[in-house]
Amino acid sequence: MTVTDLLLDIRFSISQPSNAAFALAVKCSLPAKGVTAIIGHSGSGKTSLLRCIAGLETKVTGSIQFAGQAWLNGTHSVPTHKRNIGYVFQEPSLFEHLTVKGNLEYGRKRSLLKSTSGQFSKVLSVLGIEHKLQQLPSELSGGERQRVAIARALLTQPQLLLMDEPLSSLDGPRKQEILPYLESLASEFSIPILYVTHSVDEVVSLADRAIVLEQGEITAQGSLSELSSTLDSKLVSTHGMGSILTAKVIEKQTNYHLVKVQCNGCFLWITDLGYELGQFLTLRVLASDVSLSDVKPQGSSMLNHMPVEVIDFGSGSHPALRLVRVKAGDETLLVSVTLRSLHELNIQPRRSLWASVKSVAIVN
Amino acid sequence: MTLSESDLQTLLLTLKLATTVTLLLLIVCTPLSWWLAKTTSRLKGPVSAIVALPLVLPPTVLGFYLLVAMGPNGIIGEVTTQLGLGTLPFTYSGLVIASMLYSLPFVVQPIQNAIESIGERPIEVAATLGAGPIDRFFSVVLPLAKPGFITAAVLGFAHTVGEFGIVLMIGGNIPGETKVVSVQIYDHVEALDYANAHSLSLLMLVFSFVVLLGLYGVTGNRNTTRLFNRAKQDRG
Repeated sequence: MTVTDLLLDIRFSISQPSNAAFALAVKCSLPAKGVTAIIGHSGSGKTSLLRCIAGLETKVTGSIQFAGQAWLNGTHSVPTHKRNIGYVFQEPSLFEHLTVKGNLEYGRKRSLLKSTSGQFSKVLSVLGIEHKLQQLPSELSGGERQRVAIARALLTQPQLLLMDEPLSSLDGPRKQEILPYLESLASEFSIPILYVTHSVDEVVSLADRAIVLEQGEITAQGSLSELSSTLDSKLVSTHGMGSILTAKVIEKQTNYHLVKVQCNGCFLWITDLGYELGQFLTLRVLASDVSLSDVKPQGSSMLNHMPVEVIDFGSGSHPALRLVRVKAGDETLLVSVTLRSLHELNIQPRRSLWASVKSVAIVN
Repeated sequence: MTLSESDLQTLLLTLKLATTVTLLLLIVCTPLSWWLAKTTSRLKGPVSAIVALPLVLPPTVLGFYLLVAMGPNGIIGEVTTQLGLGTLPFTYSGLVIASMLYSLPFVVQPIQNAIESIGERPIEVAATLGAGPIDRFFSVVLPLAKPGFITAAVLGFAHTVGEFGIVLMIGGNIPGETKVVSVQIYDHVEALDYANAHSLSLLMLVFSFVVLLGLYGVTGNRNTTRLFNRAKQDRG
């Protein structure tokens, strides 16, 4: 069975006698590859869904099939330790009595597929924790602890990685510290990830598709661009739909008070607010602040133009609008265009175009 | 300060009794504490109350009921007679059982508190990392609850060493069989032999202080435990 054949098929319900108001009834089939975001307001059952898939909830009835294995069949449930999953909890949850190395080895030596020392060092370097091995969890920062927890889950060689708001217990700067690691995680290791979140930033930068949960039921699911019109209202966010980029200041143009920043494969000029060379910034580019054209714009007041390739598009927040996902270098940008422009520019997947960015907000 | 042969005998018996009772209690109380820490059953309240009874009852009351129950016409006595074990009062075994009941809360409660304070999360994490139930207990619960287990063992031991009333009720005063230090001191005082009473009493006082000092050294200073773990990790 190849990776693309893996499928997660879930149809189950759970009710808690102690809490009559809460019930979760879920029915869905997911291709088990890439990152699937599970989103919804708090209390919508996101975490319960993840816990049911992991086998951490009792009193679940229904069926959960993963890659041909029946994890749940009626009321017969395969115990958590026999499901080949990795689980990253909301708070880091490291074993306080073990060092970082001890924590990592805990899952590694119990996993069915032994990870090689090559994989071990790759996970460590992707998550940037090579030099922390001898430390105790209490000696690490919050961000480091969560990175160790992610590495620990990865080293069990899971067939499915479940992540429950792994960034929510961290403050802004710590979030920005981990987000790039998560992005590389999805691309470096071909493990399907279910990612619970209520942050629009995380969905946009990580997910390929999403499930929307409302009061214990799935109300929408599909690719990110298909869902874009609903995403905004479902996510707890005061911001519009946009993309999050991590950028490094590489050049200062003091006479114009501008700095040039390098993102993952593209460059932007932004207003200099006293940045220093080499400083890392997190930028938010709203979909409505980007325009597309089929030739490189000349004589424009906008400073930032870059060649992009269309990934896909979906419905927008209004019938007249469409949301297009484009690739600029290795970054993904969201662009809001009218349906008419979509037709006139003949926008379709893999078409090369120029994107112009009108303004950029600094997140931190 | 010299100890007579009979003093030494009671000392050794006391240590043997306390060690046996502590080991048995750790085995019995671990599942009981686990159940009390995890259960949502309605029986939790009544069971907790029964476990805590020896804390409030005079030892003579507990001893009296045990004497009756373990006697030839008591519930326990009939069973042990049927099994050909005879009756338990005034035997070492009877003393062990009585001491276990008497020291039960001192062992159950620290372990129960330690397990409760770990919470579900580390156990769930261990499950997601592929550890089965027994593996989880030994690799996560036991190390994290270690201070609780140490406290339980020390308190159970010290409390057994210090008992008097229940020993008199159940064990009586049989040298080499049931005569422990506290009873020996009482006998010395009865015989107006204050010098020997002094020697033994002072020994008990010093012993108790050292035990408690050790206990507070372990639980009061978590760093000691942590450094110890760290050293172990580095070696491994």
